[in-house]
Amino acid sequence: MASPRRAAVVGANRIPFARSNGAYARASNQDMLTAALDGLVARFGLTEERMGEVVAGAVLKHSRDFNLTREAVLGSRLSAATPTYDVQQACGTGLEAAILIANKIALGQLEVGIAGGVDTTSDAPIAVNDDLREVLLEANRAKSTAGIVKALAGLRPGQLVPEIPANREPRTGMAMGEHAAITAAHWGIERTAQDELTARSHQNLAKAYDAGFFDDLMTPFLGLTKDNNLRADSTAEKLGKLKPVFFPAGGDKTEATMTAGNSTPLTDGAATVLLASDEWAAERGLPVLAHIVDAETAAVDYVHGDEGLLMAPAYAVPRMLERNGLTLQDFDFYEIHEAFASTVLATLAAWESPQFCKERLGLDAPLGSIDREKLNVHGSSLAAGHPFAATGARIVPTLAKILHENGGGRGLISICAAGGQGVVAILEA
Amino acid sequence: MSHDWYSDFVNSGFGRAVAGNVGLPPVPKLRRWEPGQPLLSGAALLGTATADGRVAKIVRAVLADAGVEVHEDPAAPIGGGSSSSKVAAAIVDATGLSSPRDLAAIQQFLTPVMRRVGPSGRILVIGDVPAQAERPAVRAARRSLEGLVRSAAKEARYGATVNLVHVADGAENDIESTLRFFLSSRSAFVDGQRLDVGTVPGYAGSSAGTDWDHPITGKVAVVTGAARGIGRTVAQTLARDGATVVAVDIPAAGDALAHTANDVGGTALQLDITGAGAGEAILEHCRRHGGVDIVVHNAGITRDKLLANQDTDRWNSVIDVNLNAQLAINDVLLASGDDDGFHRGGRIVTVSSMAGIAGNRGQTSYGASKAGVIGLVEATAPLLADKDATINAVAPGFIETAMTAAMPVGTREAGRRLSSLTQGGLPVDVAETIAWFAQGASYAINGQVLRVDGQNYLGA
Ligand SMILES: NC(=O)c1ccc[n+]([C@@H]2O[C@H](COP(=O)([O-])OP(=O)(O)OC[C@H]3O[C@@H](n4cnc5c(N)ncnc54)[C@H](O)[C@@H]3O)[C@@H](O)[C@H]2O)c1
Repeated sequence: MASPRRAAVVGANRIPFARSNGAYARASNQDMLTAALDGLVARFGLTEERMGEVVAGAVLKHSRDFNLTREAVLGSRLSAATPTYDVQQACGTGLEAAILIANKIALGQLEVGIAGGVDTTSDAPIAVNDDLREVLLEANRAKSTAGIVKALAGLRPGQLVPEIPANREPRTGMAMGEHAAITAAHWGIERTAQDELTARSHQNLAKAYDAGFFDDLMTPFLGLTKDNNLRADSTAEKLGKLKPVFFPAGGDKTEATMTAGNSTPLTDGAATVLLASDEWAAERGLPVLAHIVDAETAAVDYVHGDEGLLMAPAYAVPRMLERNGLTLQDFDFYEIHEAFASTVLATLAAWESPQFCKERLGLDAPLGSIDREKLNVHGSSLAAGHPFAATGARIVPTLAKILHENGGGRGLISICAAGGQGVVAILEA
Repeated sequence: MSHDWYSDFVNSGFGRAVAGNVGLPPVPKLRRWEPGQPLLSGAALLGTATADGRVAKIVRAVLADAGVEVHEDPAAPIGGGSSSSKVAAAIVDATGLSSPRDLAAIQQFLTPVMRRVGPSGRILVIGDVPAQAERPAVRAARRSLEGLVRSAAKEARYGATVNLVHVADGAENDIESTLRFFLSSRSAFVDGQRLDVGTVPGYAGSSAGTDWDHPITGKVAVVTGAARGIGRTVAQTLARDGATVVAVDIPAAGDALAHTANDVGGTALQLDITGAGAGEAILEHCRRHGGVDIVVHNAGITRDKLLANQDTDRWNSVIDVNLNAQLAINDVLLASGDDDGFHRGGRIVTVSSMAGIAGNRGQTSYGASKAGVIGLVEATAPLLADKDATINAVAPGFIETAMTAAMPVGTREAGRRLSSLTQGGLPVDVAETIAWFAQGASYAINGQVLRVDGQNYLGA
């Protein structure tokens, strides 16, 4: 089979990420996604231009936002003739959206498209609990006023308690951090290693800001010009003073390692990335930062099986490497999403483990270790924050620009997602 | 922008009566340009001071092309009206003066004109360049025009302006864009000023075929400080006139910048112009448009402090943004290739300030930087002539922006009222002047500094 053409990463725009209930407390997903799109339009002169498609999504979504991306495009300066659709793959949404666009470009079905993601934990949809919902639906179905009154008469105070979405796995009832804590304990991931990784994330992100790295990747929003979770003066020592907040169920509390510092905070934000064919970019004199080479997804059974909730990328990467005839060491840069510092470390430990690689991946030899100097060189989610669906659309252009500035090279993206899923991809410049 | 209550008041029926009784100056509503507007709203009078005048011919040709009815007798009735019926403009060909005695002819022409020129009317005097005269009597006569024009501008009423254009020897056919600017409402807030045409040798260009409603069609224009204020309006005005705009501002102003860029269908470049490599970053961005034709150095800051309280960090930040950044970017433009860099026939327009000419209390750093801009323009003009390019500056006076809205009331009112047009200018007045300098047809205007200040009395 002739290999199809590769989609180019042309550029991107995101808004700074904001800690929950802070700078963007009153912004909706639609507001943020529209702002991110308009910044992209401005950067690349796309006013009234028709994109092949815009694909984006949000993890926490109001029911009125069923057509979130379309509404954002209609509110943006793009041509209203731009078709869209929403996707949702938890924390993998932004990367999956980019893969979907890239694949259509590769097949020649699109010349240009925008992938994105947005999330707000501040303007989260609040649902009425199921009891109240049943009462209200009953009242709605009632044909007479008397019927409505009768239905509503059944209301009790307990039914009025709203259901606020939590970062919990529906099938285990456990918070994502609790799942991660189990995995951290399983792999013996030490507190100091987590804090060091976290401090490095903050320091690297701060350096990237100082160097102007984000000047053409970001547009300020609602008074914010930088991710406000960033602590430029963060050190492992300071992080070492924080109290643990996530505990492995049934485990020894004194051995807990995961703190609010080495876990990503709830965050609001939106990110977009412009993908195109090389021809489309060349016609407009736009640079090609990198190409999307391949992608893979995986899922693990964290409910009945004994795999960690966030370990799916450990399975996705080797499958993708195999298909491309690459080893884990054949990369110049690695972008491993920092859901928790321990997640990154557990994934690396798994790839280094002969037992895991043999028993779980069916490999004769372990994938081995990576040069940690090549990991998340401009910081990642621990410092920037993690508006779930936006993260992939933050990482793709970050890595693409790193490769471009490097004068070429190959990079690996790995993102874990709720529901025991993982999305990974290879970029080359 | 702070609201001009005074203007509202004296323009109300009651206010007009009160103002008339107590002698408050009236605030005329200035006619401003919009696409499709005729060059003049009525007839024009054309006078010649001597038989040796060399510009009347081109003036006649331009007025004819613009469909303007022209009369030569300043006292003659026009269009069935009386001898006092209004005219939209009066133009004096004051070239060829041989002694100050010749000035009387200009007086005789202008005396009836002063009462006939209508609201937002235009009086334009065109003379020879004084420095090009060797005999004292000739040079004196030529130089006299400036005093006459500046004084007449202070007498003209109802938004009428009086300006002077000097035409270098042999440049008489190179003044079309200048005539059109000064006669049209694009020059609404330029009053009592002088501009020299053709004074930097070696210029080249043509105004033939110019679409005067869209005179910079197809050009690529960079505007610094475009997120807000004057820069934002410059971006809109250049886009209106046909250019593709690259809007530049600091990353922290990126959201407002994106609005500007999207409003004008251009692109946004988040860039601190004081950073190393700023010029290269601008050229790199413009490569997608195939290079750049127009660069407007508008970004500027004030860090006001009395000299007695000044500190060097504040001082340097003003000099860096307002002056050093422009110098560094110009170096890069000048060194760039014609094909995908700063194009042959390019235009640089920079923003000086009244404070750089007259000085301002508390503004030693700002005044220094803005006076420095004038030196920059003068020295760069001959360097650009090789590229058929030009560089010019506008020196705005009191312009209604967020910057002036933040002034104390007294200073603000003085800034507005103490000028011949008795009001503050609008950002668009500065933008129109910049857009005119940016025209390909303005090829003979180089090294000029034009005040856009309604003939502000401060340092006039
Ligand atoms: N408003 C007036 O009355 C007046 C009078 C005379 C001269 N001026 C001059 O006109 C120009 C525009 O003035 P304004 O009133 O619109 O001011 P403004 O402050 O509203 O706008 C200036 C813009 O320049 C940008 N800027 C500042 N430093 C920059 C840098 N390092 N890199 C990139 N962009 C930068 C700012 O972010 C801002 O958006 C300035 O040069 C000013 O000195 C203004």
